[in-house]
Amino acid sequence: MTAMPEMVSLFNGMGGACAALISIVEFNHLLHDIENGGNAEGHAGKVLIIVLGLIIGSVSFAGSMIAWGKLNGKVKDHSFKGQNILNLIFLAIAIGGAGYLVVNPEHHLVFYGVLTLALVYGVLFVMPIGGADMPVVISLLNSFTGVAAACGGFLYNNKVMLTGGILVGAAGTLLTILMCKAMNRSLLNVLVGSFGGSAATTGGGSTSQGTYKEITLSDAAMVMSYAHKVMIVPGYGLAVAQAQHVCHELEKILEEKGVEVKYAIHPVAGRMPGHMNVLLAEADVSYDKLLEMEHANDEFKTTDVVLVLGANDVVNPAAKSDPASPIYGMPILEVEQAKTTIVNKRSMKPGYAGIENDLFFRPKTSMLFGDAKKVLQDLVAEIKSV
Amino acid sequence: MLEWIQENQQIIYIVILMVFVGIEVIGRVPSVLHTPLMSGANAIHGVVIIGAIIVMGKAEADNYLALVLGFLAVILGTLNVVGGFVVTDRMLEMFKKKK
Repeated sequence: MTAMPEMVSLFNGMGGACAALISIVEFNHLLHDIENGGNAEGHAGKVLIIVLGLIIGSVSFAGSMIAWGKLNGKVKDHSFKGQNILNLIFLAIAIGGAGYLVVNPEHHLVFYGVLTLALVYGVLFVMPIGGADMPVVISLLNSFTGVAAACGGFLYNNKVMLTGGILVGAAGTLLTILMCKAMNRSLLNVLVGSFGGSAATTGGGSTSQGTYKEITLSDAAMVMSYAHKVMIVPGYGLAVAQAQHVCHELEKILEEKGVEVKYAIHPVAGRMPGHMNVLLAEADVSYDKLLEMEHANDEFKTTDVVLVLGANDVVNPAAKSDPASPIYGMPILEVEQAKTTIVNKRSMKPGYAGIENDLFFRPKTSMLFGDAKKVLQDLVAEIKSV
Repeated sequence: MLEWIQENQQIIYIVILMVFVGIEVIGRVPSVLHTPLMSGANAIHGVVIIGAIIVMGKAEADNYLALVLGFLAVILGTLNVVGGFVVTDRMLEMFKKKK
């Protein structure tokens, strides 16, 4: 189930490739017509649509494949200085080539040049984009493929393709913008500024903020089994560790002991909006135990223990208090209102946004290091023996 | 220009209406369901397969390049449609109330 975003990305790439292949065949067809004495003049509109479909389709294909590899963990983030400028140059040349083709469609080498450039651009454009921004990119590529399909609709005057393509194109674009809003970033910021790079400089000053305290497993188990209400905040770490089933087990054990267990879900927790809901639903966690952000924030005041599982930026109080922080203004889960917070993380490394989380140094917070699944398993065993 | 608009009136209407439909659809869906929604949209743009079929159908019997590329396109398009819907279905399955 954690692999779902990958699958979406993979199938999206298939659609993009399909659109690009159609463009290639159609272009050859057109070339054939011109060679057989057809006049090139009347084809300008058709060539434009074909080349548009080609560029959008192949960017979508190459980008989706990289996104798929990245979500799989096979491809690492990669960026170099001036990459944005290089990307823009590639894009500009591809568009220039497209313009040239509209006027002179008989130069088929230019056509393949544009194809190659579009593929390279697709790779370079997704390469530097980091973890938290992946959903936005996939959504954007999704809408790209929609537009590429719509190009096919124009080409064949086929209303079904046109309808489907434009529908997805419009819906995908809006969805992309909504996701950006949930993370309090602009689309341009996601695409051009590789987030980690710019944030590291601002976050760098606040690295040594004090000391954090660790909590042992048995203490954590004790605190949780004697609490009235426990709120679990799942994040990306839970998804990576595939810990959703153990998490459900923990919930059941605590409930047997009479503890009220709820989940607080941030809209962009995980790799996609609603990713946590899907994961927890897979583990049979009942739907009404999942609280959306606004509800959860009301309930934190009456919560004894908050267990943060591999979430970081979505609980960072800097988003509310520190205007200099790159995530300032992003709505967060206000876990600091609860009586105690236990944070499970693999290490003290900052999250995607590359910034320190002030929450970890608060007196009410204790850290529980380790892989989410392992820690939860041990925690379940400990609570059983309490 | 005006002539072109008149000729393609229907297409222009479809484009504009579909943009509205797309926006309305997203606006009504709660953010928890955005992942399945994205996956569903992913399956819908698999309609590109129609184009692949047309390409395949139009290709002359001796035009191997067109046939091979068209064949690939049909396969990829099918993957997109079938895969997209299967993934969406599996996601939605998990949102159903357990009995």
